[in-house]
Amino acid sequence: MADEIILLDFLPSIFGMRIRVALAEKGLKYEYREQDLWNKSPLLLEMNPVHKKIPVLIHNGKPICESTIIVQYIDEVWKDKSPLLPADPYERAQARFWADYIDKKLYDLGKKITLTKGEEQDTRKREFLEFLKLLEGELGDKPFFGGENFGFVDVSLVAFSSRFYAYESFGNFSIEAECPKLIAWTKRCMERESVSSSLLDPQKVHDFVAGMRRRYGVE
Amino acid sequence: MAEEVKLFGKWISPFSRRIEVALKLKGVEYEYIEEDLFNKSPALLNYNPVHKKIPVLVHNGKPIAESLVIMEYIDETWKHNPILPIDPFEKAMARFWAKFIDDKFWAIWPAVKKAMTSGGEKEREEGIEEAQLHLNTLETQLKEKKFFGGERLGFVEISASLIIWVVVSQEVMGVEILTQEKFPALHKLTQKFVDDDVFKQCVPPWEPLVAYFKDQLGALAASK
Repeated sequence: MADEIILLDFLPSIFGMRIRVALAEKGLKYEYREQDLWNKSPLLLEMNPVHKKIPVLIHNGKPICESTIIVQYIDEVWKDKSPLLPADPYERAQARFWADYIDKKLYDLGKKITLTKGEEQDTRKREFLEFLKLLEGELGDKPFFGGENFGFVDVSLVAFSSRFYAYESFGNFSIEAECPKLIAWTKRCMERESVSSSLLDPQKVHDFVAGMRRRYGVE
Repeated sequence: MAEEVKLFGKWISPFSRRIEVALKLKGVEYEYIEEDLFNKSPALLNYNPVHKKIPVLVHNGKPIAESLVIMEYIDETWKHNPILPIDPFEKAMARFWAKFIDDKFWAIWPAVKKAMTSGGEKEREEGIEEAQLHLNTLETQLKEKKFFGGERLGFVEISASLIIWVVVSQEVMGVEILTQEKFPALHKLTQKFVDDDVFKQCVPPWEPLVAYFKDQLGALAASK
């Protein structure tokens, strides 16, 4: 039986991009369904009744929610191609640890830069850059967080790079100036078809964030 | 090579407690190191430089941090008596609900603490109401799920052992929060933790824990 894969997603979503990257890494065909987050579809509400959020992967009718859980699911089901998590349990634990930490911190840190001004924004920028530097330390001299291979932490983090232009623009700072290694890493990731075809163009992300700023009354 | 397993924990923490449960279920021998969170050991700071928190599992010198990450590591390293389902979809569901429970606990516990340390009746009632609101979400979501009510302790149930701390707080305050009437599924689960030989391993040393909270939080309330 052919696999039926549907992705309920929203183009500018960092979390959705992770799934698009993972599916592309595995060479999987799927149906992409863009969701209106201000007018949620009955299907979305049915498939994710707990959180009512995207992304949701629907595999042969069964929904899986929460982006890091979905990526692990994809990796486990289609395990013969491009493994994202390492085989060794300790290395896997480290990958999960960093993906978990990125999840807990980075989205909010970035979002706060775009929704604040003045001194508060300066604090947010500092915190954001500190976190990126911590990640740079973890990357070290490796080409990817997964080592020689593009892996789970790379998938978890790379989508944020689509938002860097927006953060820099609204925060009036340069990420590359402070974190050159990390920017080099994002460029390396973008050389992969799976990443370049999955991430939304930074200008479009910027325009989306501009819209959100107007919506929140920051502009 | 002989295994060397160490667990840095805190006896009052449900997060390190559930790691102990996982290790015991797997029959893994370990050295337990009690941490003073107001005076963290150099070892802990070395093993968990990012968060500086317990629990941390150190296996043959290599540290793993974050409670749910540790539990998965234990399950993958000692493969007998599996905690997580084998099927990827069931596994995804188990991960989802464990995360959900953890997230809800961080809404429930502050409300419970607020009630325990309250200066007055009104504040205490507010804390209890808030806790019950989040408990209700848990109750609604969990009551139809099949991993509650199984014979063996699985990933979700071990994660849910956090709920016992709410029951402890009831004894501290002399107030019922997790009533059978309002929360039949959760109440049934907590009974299982108290009655069942296997589930009992999740339960902390009861009297000392109640006494600890009474002391600590009574002092806090008195200082307000």
